[in-house]
Amino acid sequence: MNNESKSVIERKDFQALFDALSAEGYKISGPTVRDNAVIYDEIGSAEELPIGWTDHQEGGSYRLTKSKKKTLFGFILGPYTWKKLLYPPEKKIWEAQKSDRSFEIVEAESKPIKQAFVGVRPCELKAIGIQDKILRDGQHSDPEYGALRRNLFIVAVNCTNPGNNCFCVSMNSGPGVSDGFDLALTEMFNGKDHYFVIEAGSRAGKKILEKIPHRPAKPEELEQAEKAVERAASKMGRSLDMKGLKEILHNNFDSHYWGEIAKRCLTCGNCTMVCPTCFCCNIEDTTNLGGDRAERRRYWDTCYSVDFSYIHGGSIRSTDYSRYRQWLMHKIAYWQDQFGTPGCVGCGRCITWCPVGIDITEEAGAIREKA
Amino acid sequence: MSPIKKPKLAVWKFASCDGCQLSLLDCEDELLAIADAVHIANFPEASRAVAKGPYDISLVEGSITTPHDAERIHKIRRSSKFLITIGACATSGGIQALRNFKDVNDFISIVYANPEYIETLNKSTPIADHVFVDFELRGCPINKYQLVEVLNAYLNGRKPNIPQYSVCVECKRKGNVCVMVATGAPCLGPVTQAGCGAICPTYQRGCFGCFGPKETPNTSSLADWYKNLKLSEDDIMRYFRSFNAFAEPFRKESEAHE
Repeated sequence: MNNESKSVIERKDFQALFDALSAEGYKISGPTVRDNAVIYDEIGSAEELPIGWTDHQEGGSYRLTKSKKKTLFGFILGPYTWKKLLYPPEKKIWEAQKSDRSFEIVEAESKPIKQAFVGVRPCELKAIGIQDKILRDGQHSDPEYGALRRNLFIVAVNCTNPGNNCFCVSMNSGPGVSDGFDLALTEMFNGKDHYFVIEAGSRAGKKILEKIPHRPAKPEELEQAEKAVERAASKMGRSLDMKGLKEILHNNFDSHYWGEIAKRCLTCGNCTMVCPTCFCCNIEDTTNLGGDRAERRRYWDTCYSVDFSYIHGGSIRSTDYSRYRQWLMHKIAYWQDQFGTPGCVGCGRCITWCPVGIDITEEAGAIREKA
Repeated sequence: MSPIKKPKLAVWKFASCDGCQLSLLDCEDELLAIADAVHIANFPEASRAVAKGPYDISLVEGSITTPHDAERIHKIRRSSKFLITIGACATSGGIQALRNFKDVNDFISIVYANPEYIETLNKSTPIADHVFVDFELRGCPINKYQLVEVLNAYLNGRKPNIPQYSVCVECKRKGNVCVMVATGAPCLGPVTQAGCGAICPTYQRGCFGCFGPKETPNTSSLADWYKNLKLSEDDIMRYFRSFNAFAEPFRKESEAHE
């Protein structure tokens, strides 16, 4: 996208984005404050955004604080990921009814609703792209995911204020978006002026933009917006040196250091639950008491459970260290072998939401150092 | 199904509060279906009518605390084809296992006017310490849906879907914000077995560990982290010493902070 196509929306006109999306029949989800965090939920207006809220993150710690700035997207990232709305944590797949000598399968209803996500960070956009490869375009695609994805409108928001646990620059997934969005915003606030530099990335995006009061962006506004994103790139709290890391990990499969991490790892599975690319699920079959009706359900699963790798005779990864190793190696090494891209986008959620603050960048770095 | 072919179900009580067996009566929506699928042969909380054993399924609530009970559980085992223990008392010794950390005689002399009438064991122990148990259902109290699931699985000859991973997995699936990370509240969720539906974190409280230790619990790492949250050694000891105080991983961790 070149600069000529970029426009400006004033803060006072921001509600028009919501109105335009609603008029097109989109169910809008976006960031909002609940239970001491910024989460993603259905919202109807710009007033429900986390106005003036920001968050401070460390390993195993997240604190929401009120800032003097009345920004709409002044926070970093919360615990939710968009996968919750494209690949729900729990879902009925089908049920079966017993008849005389056979049984009849009734597929679960799935309505491909039109959704709009407002406030998708560049790292999250990259994560959606990674899940697309697997859940939409992959060998074992999920039809519901594909349908929801086709009907999805994405309003991305560039990052100008990364946090302590962010390392999207290392993963080449931020802090600015390049493609894959319908609309992309950069929020600008200097105490006096409050506006959004906006560009459309699709025909649907252009159509929505036409319905929102906007004007061509001035050169200095564009320059300031670009600089804000550039500055964000230099403010990353963490970094992960990816150079040759895949090979280093493969070569250090038997490193004693995995055992050192396991002394701290709780194998609780939180990192997999908050990861925007983790897609592993478990399929559970249940019956009713009478045994004439059965149901198959899908749940988000975690590679940290012993049962996850259970095959006849026992669990393949019965030790704690082997389960942490599986997760880290999958994110950084195996994922590249399987899908041609790392499974990590540098959002830092696994660091923040690990109850004991285990840091993927630190641990992968330690393996590299000890190699 | 003819009544004769229905599996016979018995419910037994040891040292406990009755809460877990009452979960069976609390099954409201499923209760009629259960009564239809099994012959409730011995359940004093529900009916005075007692049918003789042997029983196909025995649900055992409570811990072993007296010499008499230590005998009785063997008789029950002998008359039961499939024995399921229900609740923290039966699976770990319960809250009354707090006595295990002291000399029981000291308690007896303080609590009872005539201690000479009290015949009790030194320790409150789980049923599995005494007899072979086919399945242990955790919780203080148990989750009624998990109870129905276990009975259902037995009746339909399948494996029950009772996960042994952490509370965190169901907490995150539910969409809760982690109370420990977001507020600094101590939470036992990462070392506790799922099954309650993450009730306490759903209401912004840390997990109390009612469902006991999860598979491979790393209690020492969590306890180390509690120190960052400014918990004293005494606080940490108490966190691990509650409803499942005598479950080995929790017991060892609490003893490390005595």
